[in-house]
Amino acid sequence: MNLLLTLAIVFGVLVLVRIANVAQMAAELSGENEDDEQDKSNKWNGMGFLLFMIFGLALMTYSTIKWLPLTLPVAASEHGVKVDELMDLNWAVLIIVFFITQFLLFWFAYKYRYNRNKRSFYFHDNNKLEAIWTIVPTIVLAGLIVTGLVEWNKITDLATKEDGIKIQVYSKQFDFTTRYAGKDNKLGASFFRNITDANPLGVDSEDVAAKDDKIAKELVMPVGQEIELVINSRDVIHSVYLPHFRVQMNAVPGMTTRFHFKPTVTTAKMKEITGDDKFEYIMLCNKICGVAHYNMKMGVRVLEKDEYTKWLRGEKKVFEPAAATPATPAAPADSVKSPVASI
Amino acid sequence: MEVNQHSPVGTHHDDHSHHGHDHHHDHEESNNFFAKYIFTTDHKMISKQFLITAIIMAFLAMGMSLIFRLQLAWPDTKFPFLEDIIGRWGKDGKLDPGFYLALVTLHGTIMVFFVLTGGLSGTFSNLLIPFQVGARDMASGFLNALSFWFFFVSTVVMCASIFIESGPASAGWTVYPPLSALPQAIPGSGLGMTLWLISMALFIASSLLGGINYVTTVLNLRTKGMTMTRLPLTIWAFFITAILGVLSFPVLLAAALLLIFDRSFGTSFFLSDIFIDGAPLDYSGGSPVLFQHLFWFLGHPEVYIVLLPALGLASEVISVNARKPIFGYKAMIASMLVIAFLSFIVWGHHMFVTGMNPFLGSVFVFTTLLVAIPSAVKVFNYLTTLWRGNIQFTPQMMFAMGLVSTFITGGLTGIILGDSTLDINVHDTYFVVAHFHIVMGSSAIFGMFAGVYHWFPRMYGRMMNKKLGYIHFWFTIIGVYGVFFPMHFLGLGGVPRRYYANTAYEPFSVFMDINVLISIAAIIGGLAQLIFAFNFFYSIWRGKKSVQNPWKSNTIEWTAPIEHLHGNWPGETPVVHRWPYDYGKPGSPDDFIPQTVPYSETPESNTPEDLKH
Ligand code: HEM
Ligand SMILES: [Cu+2]
Ligand SMILES: [Cu+2]
Repeated sequence: MNLLLTLAIVFGVLVLVRIANVAQMAAELSGENEDDEQDKSNKWNGMGFLLFMIFGLALMTYSTIKWLPLTLPVAASEHGVKVDELMDLNWAVLIIVFFITQFLLFWFAYKYRYNRNKRSFYFHDNNKLEAIWTIVPTIVLAGLIVTGLVEWNKITDLATKEDGIKIQVYSKQFDFTTRYAGKDNKLGASFFRNITDANPLGVDSEDVAAKDDKIAKELVMPVGQEIELVINSRDVIHSVYLPHFRVQMNAVPGMTTRFHFKPTVTTAKMKEITGDDKFEYIMLCNKICGVAHYNMKMGVRVLEKDEYTKWLRGEKKVFEPAAATPATPAAPADSVKSPVASI
Repeated sequence: MEVNQHSPVGTHHDDHSHHGHDHHHDHEESNNFFAKYIFTTDHKMISKQFLITAIIMAFLAMGMSLIFRLQLAWPDTKFPFLEDIIGRWGKDGKLDPGFYLALVTLHGTIMVFFVLTGGLSGTFSNLLIPFQVGARDMASGFLNALSFWFFFVSTVVMCASIFIESGPASAGWTVYPPLSALPQAIPGSGLGMTLWLISMALFIASSLLGGINYVTTVLNLRTKGMTMTRLPLTIWAFFITAILGVLSFPVLLAAALLLIFDRSFGTSFFLSDIFIDGAPLDYSGGSPVLFQHLFWFLGHPEVYIVLLPALGLASEVISVNARKPIFGYKAMIASMLVIAFLSFIVWGHHMFVTGMNPFLGSVFVFTTLLVAIPSAVKVFNYLTTLWRGNIQFTPQMMFAMGLVSTFITGGLTGIILGDSTLDINVHDTYFVVAHFHIVMGSSAIFGMFAGVYHWFPRMYGRMMNKKLGYIHFWFTIIGVYGVFFPMHFLGLGGVPRRYYANTAYEPFSVFMDINVLISIAAIIGGLAQLIFAFNFFYSIWRGKKSVQNPWKSNTIEWTAPIEHLHGNWPGETPVVHRWPYDYGKPGSPDDFIPQTVPYSETPESNTPEDLKH
């Protein structure tokens, strides 16, 4: 293997030396002067640019048609549909600009390749032209910005409302845990110093709001309901990424982040849409968080409301009445009650 | 033409006696190895030092990317030679997942900082600022030499970190804490991260020493007649870049220092409420998001620190080879200034989903899309420069064209990433990897290649082989698009970046074929770089001897003798009479009029405007 590699390298270098020498000598011998040689290069490379453009754009178009179906299916959330629409709008504009500018670039390269009997057109300023290509992009961009920001404000404003079903996504190296707020829709406070093996989220056992909280290893959501993800991490930054719902928010130790959205397509429905009866949603960690980052994930399901209620009933409480003895803190802590993470 | 009449060699010592030099230089031409190559304060030699260090670093970083591309395309295949190259990290021919992250981190760090900041600015600012403004050297040759040696030591420290027990830094080139702060979180955050931070501190020192020198030289050492508006765009680009660096790198240094405090002295600037390895840590009150603000306050200007010099080099190369003045000279300067200013107030676009206040997000969307405007202006100006030009396809021109193409492609996807709503779903996916490699990686590398092919004769007095240059170009541009275009689809499919394997979610296996394609393109593109390396080193010793002004350029670096002299010009420094872009001027017998030719000698081509000067 190594010998082969060495041989290949030596051979490669020899070939290059030959090309370099031959090219140089051929030019000198044939009495061709440098200008003639450059003329030839100009011709070939000018053609090259034209062909590169034609084949390049054709190949790009072809692969887009071929690969687009591999990308994410229709958005499974209310805002996600809007995000996709905006994305399409942006693509429409960008692709047009892309084709025009790349065409001009390579066409000019071909069309205006060197001709020793010609001169270039001495043209270096034109205020009108420059004004046009300052103002037109400004208007187009303004349009894109405004539509984008309107949507952004809608999405983020939701997070300030209190009407969503609260689900905590608690991250650590290298898994997620979910906590469901129960009937009161209030998550009991949690604090990192309360963490024990029995209480991996460090939930405050004395907080009444925690009494009915349930814990799971799966993100299950009822369809058509506002969901508020309450996102925490106990070690490094992770990111809660739900690609099918167009949802992403980092999990940052020491603070709580939120994402508010409404799932609109059940898992069962999505199986139909994608024609894949094994289809499942997924939650991935999308911020580098350690060696097993690439394996940090959680299954996600969207159910009809009644199925969801049934499922939740079967899950276990954070503090099962049986294990009523309050968990002992892992380390002597002066404040066990959380001043920070009260949610 | 007057310029060509300087006898190129041998006049150095004679000139000594008749010309009042503004400084002393006695033994620079001495053959002492140390004096010539190590302790040199000569800008030309320092520029070569930067270039060669950068080329070596670039090959190292490229090699790393090829290793992790093998893993991504053939996750189940064993590559026994890996064990020979990287030892226990490649046991049994399988890349270790921790080392994957280490490779990604070093690849990014080396490419961004060592190749495209140190290498690009270091090489061309050093070479061209004195030459093109007509100075005998940098304002401070000593600080300049110091700048290189800080750079060199910083690369050595970074490379050394590869060989330590716990492995090099692995938290990504953005080194976000807490991951980068806690050795419990990832082994690379032990000694490896300490070395990363030391290396970065040295690099920042180097960059500041260089930057201050570049700014001072441009402001103070311009030759007679070289007004600011007669500077070539290269110099404007380096000048603005240097200012950006001087203003933003200290902020990275601050972030690095605070991180050092958190790591070693128990402070809590970036850390709070952490439970790891079965125990709570005593950090309280810090904010990981604060680090991101500090990092990207440098990080965004950094992408322009990488890009502007490349655009500057391309402007010059395009104008010379299109035999046509650059279109909108003043607009080009203005757009660079606007880009530079705006680049300080857009950093938050890297942080839309980090938990930063969404209202702040909106502000950053607005400023980010503003940057697109001057960038668009630059593209249209390049296109108009080509329009009705008379284009010579030298290798440098090919690369400059490639730069314009990738700058457009990558710039357009930037509009999507800059829109917070759209960024939600593509942030930290392969879409981002595609975007920044095209707009920053490829464009800047293309600019750098354009610079090397164009100014090689100025550096080494010899020409690079053109044919090999063409082969190099075609394979490179095909490689670049082949690698990075398909990555957009992975991103739109929701595939996260910095993943060792895409096994977490079964449906991602549909991207396997694309991953193979990408890796093959990467290998082809990588091999093409060997052609460049060969051409470069071969031509240093065996290349055809250069003539005085091989590209028929107007700028004054081509009036200095081919043989390098300390002080650049044997006599007085040239006097400048006009802007650098009089190519193809109607009425003039040649299709170029060097900056040193006074208007009084060109009555046939003067325009009414010229007479006003
Ligand atoms: C030889 C050609 C190159 C190839 C095949 C390549 C490939 C890659 C790939 C696949 C990744 C993502 C790995 C992952 O996220 O798991 C990556 C990351 C990166 N690359 Fe490159 N790259 C190349 C050249 C460059 C250049 C020229 C630059 C200069 C800007 C660059 C800068 C980066 C940066 C900053 C990262 C991010 C590192 C991180 O995530 O911390 N690369 N590269
Ligand atoms: Cu994670
Ligand atoms: Cu940025």
